[in-house]
Amino acid sequence: MKLPPLIGRSLNRGLAPLGGENAASLIPRARLTGPVPWVLAIMIALTVLATAGGLALSNLANSARSDLSGALTVQIVEADQELLAQQSEAAQRILTDNPAVQSLRAVPQAELDALLEPWLGTGNAVDSVPMPALIDVQLRDAADAQQIDQLQAALAEQIPNVRVDAQSDWLRPVYSALSALQYLAAVLVILLAATSAAAVWLAVRSSFAAHRETIEIVHLLGGRDDQIARIFQRSVAIDALIGGIIGLTAGLLGVMLIGSRFAGLDSGMVAGGGLGMLDWIAIAAIPFAAILIAMLTARLNVMAALRRMI
Amino acid sequence: MNEAASDIIHFDNVGLRYGTQPEVLRDLSFTLHPGSFYFLTGASGAGKTSLLKLLYLAQKPSRGAIRMYGNDVITLPREQLPQMRRRLGVVFQDFRLVNHLSAFDNVALPLRIAGVTEAELQTPVTDMLDWVGLSHRIDAVPATMSGGEQQRVAIARAVIGRPDLLVADEPTGNVDPEMAIKLLRLFEALNRLGTTVVVATHDVHLLQKVPNSLIMRLDKGRLSDPTGALRYPPRPSGPGTATAKATKSGGDS
Ligand SMILES: Nc1ncnc2c1ncn2[C@@H]1O[C@H](COP(=O)(O)OP(=O)(O)OP(=O)(O)O)[C@@H](O)[C@H]1O
Ligand SMILES: [Mg+2]
Repeated sequence: MKLPPLIGRSLNRGLAPLGGENAASLIPRARLTGPVPWVLAIMIALTVLATAGGLALSNLANSARSDLSGALTVQIVEADQELLAQQSEAAQRILTDNPAVQSLRAVPQAELDALLEPWLGTGNAVDSVPMPALIDVQLRDAADAQQIDQLQAALAEQIPNVRVDAQSDWLRPVYSALSALQYLAAVLVILLAATSAAAVWLAVRSSFAAHRETIEIVHLLGGRDDQIARIFQRSVAIDALIGGIIGLTAGLLGVMLIGSRFAGLDSGMVAGGGLGMLDWIAIAAIPFAAILIAMLTARLNVMAALRRMI
Repeated sequence: MNEAASDIIHFDNVGLRYGTQPEVLRDLSFTLHPGSFYFLTGASGAGKTSLLKLLYLAQKPSRGAIRMYGNDVITLPREQLPQMRRRLGVVFQDFRLVNHLSAFDNVALPLRIAGVTEAELQTPVTDMLDWVGLSHRIDAVPATMSGGEQQRVAIARAVIGRPDLLVADEPTGNVDPEMAIKLLRLFEALNRLGTTVVVATHDVHLLQKVPNSLIMRLDKGRLSDPTGALRYPPRPSGPGTATAKATKSGGDS
C-alpha cells in the first residue's frame, strides 16, 4: 500500500500569525447577509443626522446668544438739527458715565445717509428731512429689560424724544426656545450614540455566537488567543467598515438635503447654524467610533469565550 | 525506561469530574511511551472521551498531575498550551469540522494555524485527501458529506501535520471495514515515523489488526490494569497471548 503523503516535520512550525486570506477563510464570506453591517449602517446614519442637527442647533443658539449680549440702539428724534447735535452729545456723556456701558458709537451722518438712500435718493434730502441721531451702545453684560428701562429713564431726564431699543429684542423668545432645544438635542445625541453603541455590541455578539464552534476548533488545533481574536476582529472590522461607509453616506446625504432646505431660507439666523470644520470632523469620527466599538466587542467576546476553555 | 523523560506522557493519580457530579475518571496512573500504539477500550460511558480530552488538552483534571513533553500541564502558563497542542493530532468523536469550510480548508486548517505557507500546504493537503479517497470531494462542505466522508476529513486533518501524539476517538465508527483497515494503516504509518498513537474504540476486531499495539481498558472511570501489562501479544507469537485474551473479555477473531 502506498504510504500516505504525510507532511514533513521540517515544515515551518513557528507561531506565525494566521493572516490575510487564511484568516478571512475562517469566517463565512457572505457578509452582507449578516446583521452587523446593516445595524451599523442604520445606527451610524441616525447618529450622523442627530449629531449634525444637534451641532447646528448648538451653533445657532451660540451665535444667537452673542447677538443678544447687550447690544442697544439709542435713537433721538429732534427736528432742530442744532438741538439734535446737543442732545446727541448729552446722551453720549450720560452713556459714557454709566458703568453698565462698555462702548458706544455715534452712527456718523454718512452711514445714516447711506441707510436712507434707497428711500430718499442721493442729494440734499437730509437737509429737508429731519433725521434722527443714532448711537450704538454695547453693554458689559447681556441687557435685561430692567437695565434698558433705567437707561431710558436716565436719558429722558435731559432728552425728551429718546428711545432705547435692544437690537434683538424681538428674537428673544426664539433664542430662549432655541437654547432649550440645544439641551434637548444634546441629550438626544447622547442617547442615540449610547443606543448605537449597544446595538453594535449586540449585533456583533449575536453574530459571534455562530462562530463559537469555529473558535473552539481553532483553539483546540493550537490557535493562540490573540491569533483567534485578531481573526474575528478583522472580520468584524470589515463588516463594520462596510456598514460605516453605507451609514455615513446615508447620514451625510440626509444632512445635505436638510442643509440645502435651510440654505434656501437665506436667513441670517440660520446662517449662524452652519457646521464648522470641527463639527464635520466630529461627524466623520462617528463611523470610526462604531468600528472601534464593534472590534472591541469582538475582541472581548472572543477572549471571554476562550477564557472558558483551557 | 530508556526514552527521554521529555518525550513521555505521564498521568499520576488523575481524577476528573464534571461540575459537582461524581468523578468520571478515577485514580488514573499510567505512562504513554513515545512511538507506541495504544488502543483505549471500554463500554460506552466508561470515560474514553473524557480521558482523551485530558490528552488533547481540552480539559484539565480535577486532581492529580499530567506531564507532557517535560511540562506539567496543570501549572503550564496558558500561553504555552497552543505550542503543545500543535504537536497533537486529534480525531474528535464528533469530528468538529468547521462547517463553512471545504474539505480542503478543513484539512489545511492546522497547517495554516501553525503558519505553513499556502504554497507549502497545497500539495500535501491535496494528496492527503486523495489518499483517504476524497479527491472528488475536495471542495465539498461538511453538511454535504456523509458521516464516513466527514470522518475521513477529520482524520486527514489530524494526521496532516505529522503530530508527535495522535489521539483518535472512535475514528472508524462511520466507515466500512475496508476503509477502517485502510485508516488503521495510516495510523500505523504515522506510528512508524515516531508518532505515539492513542485510538479509542468499541470495535474489538480492530485491536487485532495492529501488531504490537498496547491496550488500555477503561471500566467505570478506572483503568482496569493501570500497570501497563495489558500488552497485546506481538505477532506472530508471544507468551502474553493467553492472558491478554483473557483480560480482553472476548476480544477475539
Ligand atoms: N461535558 C460533560 N458534562 C457532564 N458530564 C459529562 C460530560 N462529558 C461526559 N460526561 C459524562 O462522563 C461519563 C463518561 O463520558 P465519556 O464521553 O468520556 O464516555 P465514553 O467512554 O467516551 O463513551 P462513548 O463510548 O459512548 O463515547 C459519562 O457518564 C458522561 O455522561
Ligand atoms: Mg466517547
